Amino acid sequence: MLEFQNLRHRYTPQVEVLFPDLRLAHGDHLLVLGASGSGKSTLLALIAGLLSPSSGHVRVEGTDVGSLRASARDAWRGATLGFVPQRLHLSPSLSVLHNLELPFVCAGEHVDGPRIATVMDHLGIGALAHRRPHELSVGQAHRVALARALLREPRLILADEPTASLDDEAANDALGLLRQAASETGATLVVATHDRRVTDWLPGAHVLRLAAARAP
Amino acid sequence: MRLALLAWRYLWARPLVAVLNLVLLSLGLASMTFVILASEQVEHAVQRDLAGIDLVVGAKGSPMQLILSGVFHLDSPTGNIPLGTVKLLRDHPLVARVVPLSLGDSLHGFRIVGTTREYLDLYGGQIELGRTWKIPLEAVLGADAAAELKLRPGDTFAGSHGLGMGGDEHDHYRYTVVGTLARTGTVLDRLVVTSTESVWAVHAHHGSAPAEAGQPADEHGDDHKDDHGHDGDHDAAHEDEDDPREVTLLLVSYRSPLAAVSLPRWVNTQPALQSAAPAFETARLMKMVGAGTEVLRGFGIVLLAAAGLSVFIGLYHAVRERQGDLAMMRMLGAPPRRVAALVVAEALWLALLGIIIGLVAGHAVTHLLGSYLQTERSLSLTGAWVSPWEAVVPAAAVLLALLSAALPAVRAFRLDVTKLLQAH
Repeated sequence: MLEFQNLRHRYTPQVEVLFPDLRLAHGDHLLVLGASGSGKSTLLALIAGLLSPSSGHVRVEGTDVGSLRASARDAWRGATLGFVPQRLHLSPSLSVLHNLELPFVCAGEHVDGPRIATVMDHLGIGALAHRRPHELSVGQAHRVALARALLREPRLILADEPTASLDDEAANDALGLLRQAASETGATLVVATHDRRVTDWLPGAHVLRLAAARAP
Repeated sequence: MRLALLAWRYLWARPLVAVLNLVLLSLGLASMTFVILASEQVEHAVQRDLAGIDLVVGAKGSPMQLILSGVFHLDSPTGNIPLGTVKLLRDHPLVARVVPLSLGDSLHGFRIVGTTREYLDLYGGQIELGRTWKIPLEAVLGADAAAELKLRPGDTFAGSHGLGMGGDEHDHYRYTVVGTLARTGTVLDRLVVTSTESVWAVHAHHGSAPAEAGQPADEHGDDHKDDHGHDGDHDAAHEDEDDPREVTLLLVSYRSPLAAVSLPRWVNTQPALQSAAPAFETARLMKMVGAGTEVLRGFGIVLLAAAGLSVFIGLYHAVRERQGDLAMMRMLGAPPRRVAALVVAEALWLALLGIIIGLVAGHAVTHLLGSYLQTERSLSLTGAWVSPWEAVVPAAAVLLALLSAALPAVRAFRLDVTKLLQAH
C-alpha cells in the first residue's frame, strides 16, 4: 500500500534528511511521531507528491509518486488521498456545502451532490450545509474537514496533527471518526502527531519515529 | 463551469471590494461608451446636415457663424443680403444650385425657415401628411417639430420674432400648417419650413428684417405701407438689382470641384457678401468639440486605469488572504493552472458585470443628454444608437481584467503548498 525506499529530502544544499524504509500492507495504519521540526510535514508532503524526494522513492499502491508528471500527480493526489490538515483550512468565504463541493471542483469533476449529502449525514453535519465555517464549533469544523477528505473515497488518508489544540473528549471524537472512516472504506491512515494520546489510541499501527535532528 | 461559479462566490465573499471595483470599472466603461456614441452621432449628424452644401453665402461676418446659423441652425445669422444675390449666383457658370434661406422667426424654439422647395430636396425631406406650401403663410413642419408642437395639417400658429423662445408674436399673420415631413435624421426635423414670400409678408408688415431685429440691413423697415404694397406686386421670379427685398443666406452647390478655388474668392470680393465653406468650418468646429471629447476620453481612461489598479490590488490581497484556500485546492487535486484560472475568472466576472453596467449606463446617459438637448432644440442624440466601435468596451474590460489578474494569478500558480499546509 505505502512504501518508502531510501527516501531522502534535501532542505538546503547542506541539510538532507533520510527517512527510514517502510512497507505498509492494505488496512495497516501508520503513526508518524516526532517533535515539531522533525520532518513530519515534509514526509506528508512527499507522500502527497507536493515535494519531490532528492533520492529514493515513495510508492502508493505501486505508483512511484515522484515519477509522475506534475499534472498527473495533481490528478492522482485528488483521486487517491484524503487530507485533514491541522488548521482544517475550510474556506471562510464559502458555506459548508460549497466547501464540500471543492474536492470535485478542484478535480474538474461533476459535483456529486448525493455523495456529499450521504457523507454529511453519516458524519452528523447534514443540518450545517448553509453555515459558514466561523459559525461552527471546533468539533463540527473537524467533521466538515473530515467529510471533505472522504468525499472521493480515498485509499490513503493523511492527517496532520488531528488532535492538536483539542481537549481529550474532542480529540477522542476526532480520532474515533478517523478510525471509523478508515475501517469503513478500507483506507490506510497516516497520522502525523506528537500527541501521546494518539499513540495509545491507534494500537497495532506502524510507528515511524522521526529524530528532531536532521542528518547532515 | 463549476470553477466560474466558485469564482463568483469568492467575488461576492467580499462584497464591498467587489462593489468598489465594479463601480470604478463601470464608470470608466460607461464614459467610454458615451464618448463613442456621442462623438459618432455628432459626426454623423454634421455630415448629414452638410449634404450637398458646398458654400454658404451671407452677410459679412464670421464664417463660422454663417455655417452655424445657415446649416445647423444653432447661431444667429450675420445679417441679410439683397435678393439680387440669388440671381447673381444662379447665373454664375460654376454654380449648380442656390437655395435661399430667410431666418429670423421661430415657433416655440423651432426655427421658421423661409426658402424654396429645393431646401427639402437637399435633405431628402418627404411629405408624410398633407402637402407642401403653395401660397404665402402656408408652412410644413419637420418631424420633431410636428411631434413636439402637436401640430397637424389644418392647424394655425403665429411665429414669434427672434430665434429664441419668448419673442413678440406676429399675431396678425397666422401661418397654416399644410403638411408634416417624414423623419430625415437631419436638421430639417427640427425646422418649420415655409416659402420665402411668407417671411417677407410677415416682416413687411411688422417692420423688421427677416433676420434678427436691429440689423443695419433693415433700411426700409420703417416704411410699412409701401413695403406691403410692394410685396403684392412682386413674385419670386422677378428679381432686379433695385429690389429692396432680402434673404438671410444662400446655400450653394457647385457645378464642378473647380468652383471651390474661385467662387469663394469671387463672393468675398462682392460688397456686403461673405462666403463660408462648410467642410472647412466644420472641421474647425469638430476640432473645438473634439477637445471636449478628448477630455472626456482622458477622464474615461483615468477611471479605467484606477479601476484596473483597484482590481489588481483587490485580487492581490485576495490571493494573499486565501493562500490557505488555494493551497487546500492544490491538495485536493487542483493543478496550478486551475488555481490561477480561479483568480482570472474572478477578474473576468468583474469585467462581464462592468461591461453590462457600463454599456447600459453609457446608453442611458447618452439618452438622457439627448432628451435634454431635444428640449433645447439642439443636436439630436439618442441612446438607441449602436456603434461598431462599442466593441472596444468589452475588449478594454477583458484586457483590463486580464492585466490586473496577471500578477495575482502568477502568485496563485506558484503557491508553496507545503509551507502553507505546515502545522505551524
